[in-house]
Amino acid sequence: MEQTNADMQLLVSSSPHVREPDTIRGIMWQVVIALLPAVAMSLYFFDLAALKVYAISIAAAEAAELVCLKMRGRPLAHAADGSAFITGLLLAMVLPPGAAWYVPLVGGVFAIAVAKHAFGGLGNNIWNPALAARIFLQFAYPVQISLSRWPAPRVLWGAAHDVVTAASPLAKEGAAAPLSYLDLLLGNGVPGCIGETCKVALIVGGVFLIARSIVDWRIPLFYIGTAFVLTWLLPTGAHARAWSADPVYHVLAGGLMIGAFFMATDMVTTPVTRRGRIIFAVGCGLIVSLIRRYGGYPEGVAYSIVLMNTCTPLIDRWVRPRIYGSTTPKPVPREA
Amino acid sequence: MATDVETLTFRQGGVHPAEHKERTSGLPLEVSEPPAEVAVLMVQHIGAPASPAVKKGDRVSKGQLVGEAQGYISAGVHAPVSGTVKAVEPRIYNVTGARVPAVVIENDGEERWQEGLNQPRDAERMDASHMVEAVQECGVVGLGGATFPAHVKLNPPADTTITDAFVNGTECEPYVTVDHRLMLERTEDVIDGLRLIMRMVGAPNGWVGIEMNKPDAVEAFGRALADEPAIRVVPLEVRYPQGAEQQLITAVTGREVPSQGGLPLDVGCVVHNVATTLAVREAVRLRRPLIERPLTVTGDGMERAGNFVERIGANLGDIIRRQGVREGTNQIILGGPMMGIAQGTSEVPLVKGNNCIVLRRGAVVPPQRHCIRCGRCVDHCPLGLMPGEISIACEERDWDAAVELGMLECKECGCCAYVCPAKRRIVHLIKFGKSELRRRRAQRKEGG
Repeated sequence: MEQTNADMQLLVSSSPHVREPDTIRGIMWQVVIALLPAVAMSLYFFDLAALKVYAISIAAAEAAELVCLKMRGRPLAHAADGSAFITGLLLAMVLPPGAAWYVPLVGGVFAIAVAKHAFGGLGNNIWNPALAARIFLQFAYPVQISLSRWPAPRVLWGAAHDVVTAASPLAKEGAAAPLSYLDLLLGNGVPGCIGETCKVALIVGGVFLIARSIVDWRIPLFYIGTAFVLTWLLPTGAHARAWSADPVYHVLAGGLMIGAFFMATDMVTTPVTRRGRIIFAVGCGLIVSLIRRYGGYPEGVAYSIVLMNTCTPLIDRWVRPRIYGSTTPKPVPREA
Repeated sequence: MATDVETLTFRQGGVHPAEHKERTSGLPLEVSEPPAEVAVLMVQHIGAPASPAVKKGDRVSKGQLVGEAQGYISAGVHAPVSGTVKAVEPRIYNVTGARVPAVVIENDGEERWQEGLNQPRDAERMDASHMVEAVQECGVVGLGGATFPAHVKLNPPADTTITDAFVNGTECEPYVTVDHRLMLERTEDVIDGLRLIMRMVGAPNGWVGIEMNKPDAVEAFGRALADEPAIRVVPLEVRYPQGAEQQLITAVTGREVPSQGGLPLDVGCVVHNVATTLAVREAVRLRRPLIERPLTVTGDGMERAGNFVERIGANLGDIIRRQGVREGTNQIILGGPMMGIAQGTSEVPLVKGNNCIVLRRGAVVPPQRHCIRCGRCVDHCPLGLMPGEISIACEERDWDAAVELGMLECKECGCCAYVCPAKRRIVHLIKFGKSELRRRRAQRKEGG
């Protein structure tokens, strides 16, 4: 049946009138999908201990999201956009498998309520919420995070390396024996935070996100590349451990891989230009190398990313694309 | 599609939206019946509005000047039909939505041309300035949508040298197929028009740029230009906005049109689209004013799609009712979906810049979220801008920041909003920003 003019209700809107199908929700849930291989491996390695941390962390993050959306008068449906789910998931992945129940609970609430909504919610937060919470927990529960005797992971083959193990293969003291590259790559019997140990699974997820144009390949490449070169070239101290100058060991052990593929690539807290992202990633690699080589912590991934998150507004201010047809140097950005 | 052909393209950004051209690209142009009444707007070009040259009750001939150009950057408008002036009254200009003066003519059906018009003449004996005058006299403007008066482009200042003249056959907007049809059906005339343009501007090189989704057009021009070393056909990558003047020039010559108000002529180039090139040719060879134009009528709301030659001033509503409006149609776009204007009513007169009518069913504006700083708008901006940041500055009404970020360079191509996962109305905000800035500057001028 044909319409007469009178019953045509016309939609007036600005161009463009067509949009790509990608949405925030779609992007976020694809990130969750990309994390699933690593989650599955972590459940194998750490069993119910890991499942408990996942469940509490995600539930805390989503509950905090709902409360904050309500308080801020925002649509509650935004809690289903996947962003709070990812925060809860990622936070659990960087917590020790033996963490007490209140650690992921406090962390999940801190990540969403303080690190995200106190700054204006999705898109306005300065720091990656999961990492901000990880650092907060490190200060709030140092024993839980750093010094507790973590449960040993299950192995894929061979004998378990140790009944009771150190926090990380990167620990500067303690009994942890150096692990083979293959064990590190697969996470076979490797102690560490829940989701960081199986590098193969993380790489698979990262490559998926790069293929889907959700992650800019420049960030993992330049982050890991810089860390590789610097841990290789920076002089080691007198008491360094055998692996200390081994760049491959540094790349494969600890949280560098999960950080480079899933934390340093968070859209909200990283620069919007390609060149800016390279600077950001190189800065992350520099900071993590300095901490690992000369600092007191064995790790340093969380600090490197959060410190560079802090520099992101500055990078975006100074690193802008060249405007088509401009011949003169870019004008200096004015003071805000 | 031929994929073995080497194609050129511009350097940065761009998108590839679904083309939707297959429905009409194979349909030859049909000349529509002249309407019983036309409303000829005094504003249908960039520049000063024309001034009505007739009054109610006057008898007019086809092609007669009914609106006089005011100043140099302006264009005259002509009677599309012969008949009687029924009224001189405001009508809606479908580009801005504002009401502007229009000469309403009742068609007497006689199709009586004004004396001396539409007569072949010997263009070979005309010199450049004479030809440019003919273009100006005939009210030719850019028919791709920008509607810049053609005679201004064809009469570059004495101190500039034009080396390259282009026919822009990219037609990069989805749905639109009229230039494709013209290139197939009137290949020789397009080339003839380009030769005349090359003579007018003194350009030694001619180029016909065509996106590779029209391989038949590339082939037609390749054949027709086999013995013509001065004019080359350039196959271009299918990538929006390949047809923007700047992008076309960069793709073909590698030159960049200077920012901050630079023009193609600053880099020795003049660009006209296919329909404009033909209008220039007809002005010079036939002294035929611009009183009709080809347009594609399509979209999932259109019962019978096609490519039609319509008189300027015809009523949009009459055209879509003639072609059949499907139930559920809720959007009328004049132009393509990337840059076209959504109409608030179907009862608007056609103007020279309308190249396409898209009827859509079930169109919605997606809900908008906060920017998540994904940077896709930056990656896809063909001009190297940071559109998201500009739109935020506009939202905050921080006009200094918006200008400093390059708001005035923006051509509103829409790539940024097209890729935005937060569905932000980036182009809308930038348009708002520009108009606010214009208003404030005008106020300041008045006040000071």
